[in-house]
Amino acid sequence: MSVLIFVENWDGKFKKLSFELVSYGAKLAEMLDTEVVVLSIGNVDNNELEKLGKYGASRIISAVNTDINVFDSQAYTGIIAGFAKKEAAGVVVLSNNNTGKAIAPRLSVILHAGLGAGVSKLPVSTDPFIIYKKVYSGNAFNNLVIRTDIKILTLSQNSFELIETENRAVITNAVVDWHSSSVKTRIVEVQKQSGKILLTDADVVVSGGRGMKSPDNWGPLVELAEHLGAATACSRPVSDEGWRPHEEHTGQTGKIIAPNLYFAIGISGATQHLAGVSSSKFIVAINTDKDAPIFSAAQYGIVGDAIKILPKLVEAVKELKGK
Amino acid sequence: MKILVCISNVPDTTTKVKFIDDFKKMDVTGVQWIINPWDELSLTRALELKDNPATGIRSVTVVHVGLVGSEPTIRKALAIGADDAIRINTVPADAYFVAAQLANVLKSESYDLILCGIESSDFNGSSVGGMLAEFLELPSVSSVSGVNVENGQVIMTREIDGGKEILNVPTPVVAIVQKGITKEPRIAAMRGIMMARTKPLKVVEPIAVEALTDSVNYELPKPRAACKFIDCENPRQLIELLQNEAKII
Repeated sequence: MSVLIFVENWDGKFKKLSFELVSYGAKLAEMLDTEVVVLSIGNVDNNELEKLGKYGASRIISAVNTDINVFDSQAYTGIIAGFAKKEAAGVVVLSNNNTGKAIAPRLSVILHAGLGAGVSKLPVSTDPFIIYKKVYSGNAFNNLVIRTDIKILTLSQNSFELIETENRAVITNAVVDWHSSSVKTRIVEVQKQSGKILLTDADVVVSGGRGMKSPDNWGPLVELAEHLGAATACSRPVSDEGWRPHEEHTGQTGKIIAPNLYFAIGISGATQHLAGVSSSKFIVAINTDKDAPIFSAAQYGIVGDAIKILPKLVEAVKELKGK
Repeated sequence: MKILVCISNVPDTTTKVKFIDDFKKMDVTGVQWIINPWDELSLTRALELKDNPATGIRSVTVVHVGLVGSEPTIRKALAIGADDAIRINTVPADAYFVAAQLANVLKSESYDLILCGIESSDFNGSSVGGMLAEFLELPSVSSVSGVNVENGQVIMTREIDGGKEILNVPTPVVAIVQKGITKEPRIAAMRGIMMARTKPLKVVEPIAVEALTDSVNYELPKPRAACKFIDCENPRQLIELLQNEAKII
């Protein structure tokens, strides 16, 4: 038996969420008294792979196939299923990001494995195997039993602490028997936004709503984000109006994020918006309306005009960072 | 080309979530039921594509797994413009169960494009679309934020970290759809509501399938500590608190 963790790479590099997955998998393997095996698909240097060992991986399988140039759900799922069977995986762990969401359900059918999607902590018990996950868009939690011999879990980003160990992993290469000719999907074009911090990866997010009154007022908000090393986000009305790019929309039908710190500036805090940010560790709200629902979700708040307050916050952060 | 949209029936997003039976079941008294928001966006896009004669789309069918109590929601989908509907008559036990039921009905049909919302607002499982594709052994594309049909080709936009991919996909295919697929969900007009009453709604019986997961009970979130207010004349104090008290910056 083993716990098999699939880690995705971005141009041959891992991210914090990759290490969160390994830390989680290592702890889960401890609970189940079994070993943790990490699977990486694609071309990743040994230097990079070794980082996974630091977070608890005992064995790393690096499945190399330079033929893979398009993320195809069927292909990736097939490869992971093959290793899951070979390694007699009792639990397969993936991220609950776009890639994990594409793979996990298909894998569930191939392996006849019950799926616990979007977990944020270790299972409540292992026999019966009970996981804890958010439901009703964050308004409740569910204790869910997975009845099958093999289980699949997808882990929510930024929900599990990194645990560093003295571990050194054994890295083995594997060649996958998969050919690009079997993938019929063709990439026509790739559009990349350069430079900006990815909203779903950011530890700090500064977000603006209709209370900002006009796109012309965004300057100090962007400045605050820059000084904090934060990503910028917005509420749905703001993206619908075209004041900010669609990629910034956080909320139930936009991006669901879980940063360490979320600034909700001129955002009233409608249910659909809160559904996107309720897992944030800290929420700060700035709003002229003292009864705005956002204040029930926030730990810190200022009742006042964001346009007047933002420049003062920028000054305070500049001083703080200057020290 | 024929499009199929899978729809689930969920409580309206502003519902105050409460539980009964020792936290084993949701209290559904007074709940307004709606088409799952992502499924509604999928359906709207399917209808937009059908409205364009150049796409060659002949019909848009909706399918749902649920009991007769879901029929008002299914009629809403017909009122918005779907041509016909199928209801598989059973309680949706878990995602695997639902996908297996859908696959059983769909395996003998020939839909070119199957649209599923990426998740449902009640269970947030992000599962049914991918599971259905695997049961039917069809390719699937997830995180789809755009679907177009040009010259008989299906072109999809897939969201990736920090960007988008434009893909040309073969049919039949399952698209697992998120925001961006269309601007606003379509609203039913009076004529649509009247026509919905007579559009075909076929009811089929389920097959025997075992769910892979089972709910034990639910919990409500622990109440958060009350918000600490900072004087708007002294916003710098906020930064100090974030650094010294929350230790988050």
